[in-house]
Amino acid sequence: MTTAARPVQHAVEVTEVSRVFAGRKGASVTALDAVSLTVAPGEFVSLIGPSGCGKSTLLRLIADLDTPTSGSIEVFGKTASQARIDQDYGIAFQQAGLLPWRTVTGNIELPLELHGAGKAARRERAAELIELVGLTDFAGHYPDQLSGGMQQRVAIARSLAESPSLLLMDEPFGALDEMTRERMQNELVRICAETSAAVVFVTHSIPEAVFLSNRVVVMSPRPGRIRDVLGVNLGRMSDRGENLREDAEFFHSVSRVRELLHGDTPTGARGVETR
Amino acid sequence: MSAGAGVREAAPAPAGSARANPAGSGLARTVLPPVLLGVLAILLWQGFVTVLAIKPFILPGPFAIGEQFVANLQNVVSGSVVTGRNALIGLVIGAIVGVLLAILSALVRIFDGMAAPVVAAVAVVPIVALAPVLCTMFGANAETARQLVAALAVFVPVYFNTLKGLRMVRPVHRDLMRSYAASAWQATKTVTLPTAVPFVFTGLRIASSLAVISALIAEYFGGPVGGLGKSITSAASSSNYGLAWAYVLGSIILGLLFYCAALGLEKLVSRRAPTA
Repeated sequence: MTTAARPVQHAVEVTEVSRVFAGRKGASVTALDAVSLTVAPGEFVSLIGPSGCGKSTLLRLIADLDTPTSGSIEVFGKTASQARIDQDYGIAFQQAGLLPWRTVTGNIELPLELHGAGKAARRERAAELIELVGLTDFAGHYPDQLSGGMQQRVAIARSLAESPSLLLMDEPFGALDEMTRERMQNELVRICAETSAAVVFVTHSIPEAVFLSNRVVVMSPRPGRIRDVLGVNLGRMSDRGENLREDAEFFHSVSRVRELLHGDTPTGARGVETR
Repeated sequence: MSAGAGVREAAPAPAGSARANPAGSGLARTVLPPVLLGVLAILLWQGFVTVLAIKPFILPGPFAIGEQFVANLQNVVSGSVVTGRNALIGLVIGAIVGVLLAILSALVRIFDGMAAPVVAAVAVVPIVALAPVLCTMFGANAETARQLVAALAVFVPVYFNTLKGLRMVRPVHRDLMRSYAASAWQATKTVTLPTAVPFVFTGLRIASSLAVISALIAEYFGGPVGGLGKSITSAASSSNYGLAWAYVLGSIILGLLFYCAALGLEKLVSRRAPTA
């Protein structure tokens, strides 16, 4: 974004980050090339782009699940590694990744348990979160007794367990059908309004990115770069609802993102895109 | 439980095989056909033996075997206890060694490299070939050789299955543990071991019948009398064919017992054991 009126501290500050994966026979793949991005506290930022544009890589770098080849990443003014150790973020993946031998409650308690929270406090927090994601009747169920959408809600509840001020989400609704997906988006908007956490959200879907975000970061592949950043003026999170999907401004933003994605500045040879 | 009033989402598909199926009729449907088939086979067998007047040393009828089985029930049971004890000791030793070595292999790459060919070699050793050698090694009065043969047979499937299980941690779980900044021990305790446990018990199930078979066959190569294997050979050599078959029936039951116990354990563990 512009450097005007810089807030006290960014939630995420990515500076000139590159990530090169060493391939076989010396061939290397540049997944990210000199990417810079800042995310303000409480801001919802979506990363969108075709497969191979490095959006998931960028998220993994912010989460310190991977380290950049060059450049720096700061999360709340700390290194990404320190932020991970301090548990400054919650994370949700495309796969719910629940532990099948634990109940819904047990899964949500997992991060609290690992970080030494007391049993009573754990129970209380888990019950709170289960209510937040609307699974009160399923607290004692095991993951294989839940539908995909329900499992993903458990994963989101788990990512919120320690009230992080940053949420990292890697296509969390990618494996869901369209109807469930829209319902989950509505719930995520509500949850974000309630928790006021900053969110970095990776997605393939243009309407999803527009509906959820304050800003949409459009990326291009080979090498992964930020093509453009689009501000979405659809009002505050707490005011967004189902009827927003029919809004003219919503459609306008969707088509702008689409134009940017398919933009007339093709970068070299374009591969086959899956979507 | 599907009365999820506050939930606006479709209830989960009842696909989970762990679900309790509607008891009565389902049980009848799964148990009745094999029982009927078994009864039919026994009747056919008996009819075959009677009609063709087959000599008992070739094949005694099932009724004659049943008669002998009931008449010598005490001997069959005591033989089963001896063989079963050897098989059980072998199973326990083989399982413990198998699990421990698998953990070591999973932790230490070099050890895995060293162990893999050795274990593969152990896997192809015919236990029958080892039995007489071990029998001489430990003397004619000890059951040790039989227990070792069983342990060896058990070790291989337990080792391979445990090692596989320890390597089955899903990448998403690994990422999750890293994102939680979990220590190596925490990650092992919360993810790696629970992932591996069902595999260990699958190995045990495969090993359970092997343990009985090995302990029994090992008896053919000398050592103390009293076990099922010895009883089968001595009954057959004294032309008591019905009794020999009665002991065979006893060993089948013993093998089934081991297998069912292991299967039960596996089922119990695999249905996502809840943690405290």
